[in-house]
Amino acid sequence: MTRMNNKTGRFTGVMMLLILLIIVMFFMALRTGVINITPLDVIRTLLGSGTDRQELVLFEFRLPRIILALLIGTGLAVSGAILQSITQNDLAEPGILGINTGAGFAVVLFIFFLQDSIGDVFSVLVMPLFALMGALLAALMIYVLAWKKGVSPIRLVLVGIGVNAGFSAALVILQLKMNPQDFRQVTVWLSGDIWSANWTFVLALLPWILILIPYALQKSNTLNVLNLGDDIAGGLGTKVEGDRRILLTIAVALAGASVAAGGAIAFLGLVVPHIVRRIIGPLHQYTIPISALMGGLLLMVSDTIGKNLLTPLEIPVGIVVAIISTPYFIYLLIKEK
Amino acid sequence: MLSIIQQSKFLKFMIVMLTCIALIFSAGLSVSVGVADIHLLTVWNAVFHFNDNLSSHQVIQELRMPRVFAAAMTGAFLAVSGAVMQGLTRNPLASPSIMGVTHGAAFALVLVMVFYPAVSNFGMTIASFAGAGVAVAMIFTIGSFSRGGLTPVKLTLAGVAIGTLLSSLSSVMALHFQLEKQLGFWMAGGLAGTDWTSNQVLLISGIIGFIIALMIAKSMTVLNLGEDVAVGLGQNNKVIKIMGILTVLLLTGAAVSVAGAIGFIGLIIPHVTRFIMGTDYRWIIPVSALFGALLLVLSDVVSRLVNAPYETPVGAITSLIGVPFFLYLARGRSGGDNK
Repeated sequence: MTRMNNKTGRFTGVMMLLILLIIVMFFMALRTGVINITPLDVIRTLLGSGTDRQELVLFEFRLPRIILALLIGTGLAVSGAILQSITQNDLAEPGILGINTGAGFAVVLFIFFLQDSIGDVFSVLVMPLFALMGALLAALMIYVLAWKKGVSPIRLVLVGIGVNAGFSAALVILQLKMNPQDFRQVTVWLSGDIWSANWTFVLALLPWILILIPYALQKSNTLNVLNLGDDIAGGLGTKVEGDRRILLTIAVALAGASVAAGGAIAFLGLVVPHIVRRIIGPLHQYTIPISALMGGLLLMVSDTIGKNLLTPLEIPVGIVVAIISTPYFIYLLIKEK
Repeated sequence: MLSIIQQSKFLKFMIVMLTCIALIFSAGLSVSVGVADIHLLTVWNAVFHFNDNLSSHQVIQELRMPRVFAAAMTGAFLAVSGAVMQGLTRNPLASPSIMGVTHGAAFALVLVMVFYPAVSNFGMTIASFAGAGVAVAMIFTIGSFSRGGLTPVKLTLAGVAIGTLLSSLSSVMALHFQLEKQLGFWMAGGLAGTDWTSNQVLLISGIIGFIIALMIAKSMTVLNLGEDVAVGLGQNNKVIKIMGILTVLLLTGAAVSVAGAIGFIGLIIPHVTRFIMGTDYRWIIPVSALFGALLLVLSDVVSRLVNAPYETPVGAITSLIGVPFFLYLARGRSGGDNK
């Protein structure tokens, strides 16, 4: 019983620490940028008494981008945590369900065939829809191809490898037929970048996060059992196939919506669940909320660094995520028994 | 159908023979097809009755032959490294690139391009080999220094972490020094510009790598039953792992330094081989080599033909040819989930 209490205590501690860090980094992110705004001015502007210029910078440019980064990071991290448990594979991440390549392929198709006829302003809003459709279609395709009186984790992973490879090959070939400007646009999208952040995207992504993550949390006992393997899970009375389908859908929807808004940000969905499990243990009641907070924090910090480190050059946020998180991850690996 | 093959030695030999014949034919095809089509008879003559005065003979000897050999060896090496990686980590998602070899090589190349831009082709080969070696050594050190020892999970995760870190650092440097295009070109992989020198590099590391791979083949089959079972049977798993890692370094290092990062083969071919041949690594390793060689030689031909006179990245072609076949086999696996 005391061990139980220890765990809960530790969980609360980590949660509080992460929330505190998110608040601190949130203000840091708000004040840094090409136009520097002092912390006092940030608070004054948030309370509604800043200059017009400060209001424009904060409310129209920085705030939506920061909130979007938080949401995307949250979505990818939780999706990764769910997928690693369902497939029982340490290398699993949202990408293995074809989400990145499927969305990428849809984006390439869109830029190649439709963008010119639609016009720039409108295409900023339509492109994420295409990405979402592509992600969902690829995931559905993998599920259907892996289906054979049920979907076993191993077959899901194998079919995922194949479909991903196919999509990325098609992507490369189409990309080569593009003009240089479109080519660049695709490359930036593929390396993951929170481009053209605005309130519309924030509002579009928010419901997915707010509905799906609590739902996943409510299913955490099922995840704990599924993680033990199909035979044990079935023996314990879990309806393995049905539950797996629901959880897969949650993971795909979370990652698909995130990728649609933020491009193919790799690695975050892989590394955050691993770090979290090494801090707090394997129980999903703990790992899901902590993954959510840590993913959001990591992406927000990475985006701020990527935006400001080499100005005017922006480093794609996926790269910053990797550089920040790997040293800590390696440290955890070495420490682990 | 597949289970019949797995049980019959005769059918296995037949598959090996058929693959060899197919490989020889596609090699001939690869030499004769190109910007200037050359008749197969001329190819034969250029090999066995070389005539210095004929330009077609020179094209064959100096451009096309080294390319075919390099393609066959690269394909074989990547496939064998993939098989060894999947065997060591017992993870179906493992591929040679997760040992950090590819990314280490790329990182070293970027460093060389930044600080010593006048480097020769051979210097680049050496640099990428060195980078691959350093990356592998780092991963291995992390695994060995950690308290729990070198478990497959840790090897995999350390490999992914180091690989991602190095590739991110390369990207930042490439962005800063405006080398994205060169790096992108190299990462896409390709066999243009291979000469006899690259073949020497491939051949030397290939022979050593193959011998080690075949030496540990039997132990890897046992290892796949589980680490504990292997220990119980008196096997020294640590030695096997070190030898396996050495194989991956030699084979992938050579392949990557000559042909860049050609993905997919190292991931898919071992699976295809396992679907057909069963779980015995004494079969998986040589047959993977044959399948890998065949796939890359064929893909190289296609990559030169599709959009001639431009070359399509060969990695994309290997996927397009291999994926339907792979999906068919992955679905056809008879129910059981032998993880």
